[in-house]
Amino acid sequence: MSSDTATPAPPTDTPTAPQGERSRSSRRVSRDDLGLLLGLPALCAVLLGGWAVWRATAELDDIEARSLAWGLLVQLFGEHLLLTALSAAAVVLTAIPLGIALTRPAARRAAPAVVTVANFGQAAPAIGILILLAMWLGFGVPVAVLALSLYAFLPVLQNTIVGLQGVDQTLVEAARGMGMSRWSVLGRIELPLALPVIMAGVRTALVLAVGTAAFATFINAGGLGSVITTGLYLFRNSVLISGGLLIAVLALLVDWAGRVLELVATPKGMR
Amino acid sequence: MTTTEPTPTTDAGPESVSGAEIVFDQVTKSYSAQGKPAVDSLSLTIPAGQIVMFVGPSGCGKTTSLKMINRLIDPTSGTITIGGKDVRSQDPDDLRRQVGYVIQGGSLFPHMTVAQNIALVPGLLRWDKKRITDRVEELLDLVGLDPVRYRDRFPRELSGGQQQRVGVARGLAADPPVILMDEPFGAVDPITRQRLQDELMSIQSELKKTIVCVTHDIDEAIKLGDRILILQEHAQIAQYDTPEAILSAPANEFVEDFVGSGSALKSLSLTRVEEVELTEWTTATVGEPVGPVLERARAARQKSVVVLDQRRRPVDWVNIRALTGETVPAPVDEARDLHQIDHRATLNDALDTMLVSAYAGVIVTGRRDQYVGVATFEAVTALITARNEAARQAQEDADEQ
Ligand SMILES: Nc1ncnc2c1ncn2[C@@H]1O[C@H](COP(=O)(O)OP(=O)(O)O)[C@@H](O)[C@H]1O
Ligand SMILES: [Mg+2]
Repeated sequence: MSSDTATPAPPTDTPTAPQGERSRSSRRVSRDDLGLLLGLPALCAVLLGGWAVWRATAELDDIEARSLAWGLLVQLFGEHLLLTALSAAAVVLTAIPLGIALTRPAARRAAPAVVTVANFGQAAPAIGILILLAMWLGFGVPVAVLALSLYAFLPVLQNTIVGLQGVDQTLVEAARGMGMSRWSVLGRIELPLALPVIMAGVRTALVLAVGTAAFATFINAGGLGSVITTGLYLFRNSVLISGGLLIAVLALLVDWAGRVLELVATPKGMR
Repeated sequence: MTTTEPTPTTDAGPESVSGAEIVFDQVTKSYSAQGKPAVDSLSLTIPAGQIVMFVGPSGCGKTTSLKMINRLIDPTSGTITIGGKDVRSQDPDDLRRQVGYVIQGGSLFPHMTVAQNIALVPGLLRWDKKRITDRVEELLDLVGLDPVRYRDRFPRELSGGQQQRVGVARGLAADPPVILMDEPFGAVDPITRQRLQDELMSIQSELKKTIVCVTHDIDEAIKLGDRILILQEHAQIAQYDTPEAILSAPANEFVEDFVGSGSALKSLSLTRVEEVELTEWTTATVGEPVGPVLERARAARQKSVVVLDQRRRPVDWVNIRALTGETVPAPVDEARDLHQIDHRATLNDALDTMLVSAYAGVIVTGRRDQYVGVATFEAVTALITARNEAARQAQEDADEQ
């Protein structure tokens, strides 16, 4: 027999992803993500730094100096962040379990109806919800958190449902066929695989909450919104713009944190 | 069809058979109240330690029948027993942990490593850590994947064939007496499929599980099956017999059509490579000095040598002109397909493989992938000619009488 040529036949069974070293690096963060991950904080640092330099050097009148006092701003910043965090936590703790329940066989039919109801929360203007709830339940932080939660509820609910529905059903059946209980399939297969989508919803919720928290000042719930209102009422553009800028920076930072969360939540092996 | 009284043991009696007998008794499954059931009163005995292939046209109820064994689907009526025990008397999760389940493409969980995928069922059975680690290693070895290289990879870093191998390893993980497979090799290319089939046969010859395997490929059924169950619509049994019997005496027209008319060619899938007269090829072990190897090759008048690893598994087939170094090198591209086949592969496979091989022959392996010899194109065609000649002779003799 002839055996002069030893050209290997074309590979018939090629991996679905590059092997070895290349794949190890591709498992990390993609270029685009990296740009956002490093770029956003840098942008925030520039904005904040520029503003701080202006604040430290500008000639401010009495009202401006009082409403832009460092201590006050730090306090308002903290309040704003707390409102955002509390409402995001409330949403996560309610919308994710509800989304899980609505993808179980027993309640699957109810999902569209519930999503429609949750849609009201978002379709109504945020400030409307806030004021109506405050008239009904009174002023203060808890009511602000409730209003923000209602407003940010939909994206998390919807993404939880979509994420779980998007899990390959043959994997779920394979898991059941191997003898995993329903709960362990949910915890070990479905949720990890749906987590990136769910986390994208959480990020959206965070961004909605941080923006809407600017209205919290109307019902005495604090936050950076008061800087803006002070600027408006007292005709101080510098204060008004400072308030807007600080909220924008905070929103960018929260969005950034959300992106990091998304990335961390994506299971290894799926990045 | 045989009707056997159930044997009352789950565990292997004799050491060689670790499988358990499965009996279907008048099993019916209706998905809806109106219309004919998907599976209509199926009665069947699957002997312990055998591979039984379910074949039939799409939608005839193969998958439904299979899933009723591990209760992914519960029958509308009738009973199924495994080793004499009614499956409905057991908790479904407990039952499934004792029945291996392998499906198309492997269905590996993408967020778990190869090792984590395989370790799932042992983990559910609360094996201790050390035992699980050892078991994963053993299984990867068994399905021909180097544990060190593949253990910590994620499924998407594997080829389709490798994923399917891991799927098989996962099904075997807890050493279940019964393994269910649903078109396990449907998603890979023909050459890889043939390799996976070979490996399954080789594994089965060691383990002697009871394997129920669904396929729509009659050739696969003939090759792998100790018995073949040919189903018609509503899971009506057209024939349940050995491949030889089905080929030589199809029970009815349906079977005849399904098996196909080219039964002379079909016998290619009945004849195993081990019946071919193998050529002793010059072999070399990785790391061995090149000098003596070249001498041996020249003495045998061969221009290439088969390179084996320390455990006598073929890893490369090289032209002697490529052997320029001091010692025989390990293959450069480890992932390259060597076009080897198991000695229980069919002549069909051998010819398929030769078509893509650089040499007019295939390397034949035996137990644990160890090298046995080379089946040359000439040897394979000689066997086919001899077979056909014998068949013609027999036909003539019969006609004369
Ligand atoms: N979950 C289901 N609901 C309703 N009908 C089904 C379901 N699964 C299968 N069937 C029907 O039952 C029949 C048998 O299906 P199946 O067992 O999957 O066939 P096969 O595996 O042989 O292709 C088909 O007619 C199919 O449409
Ligand atoms: Mg099927």
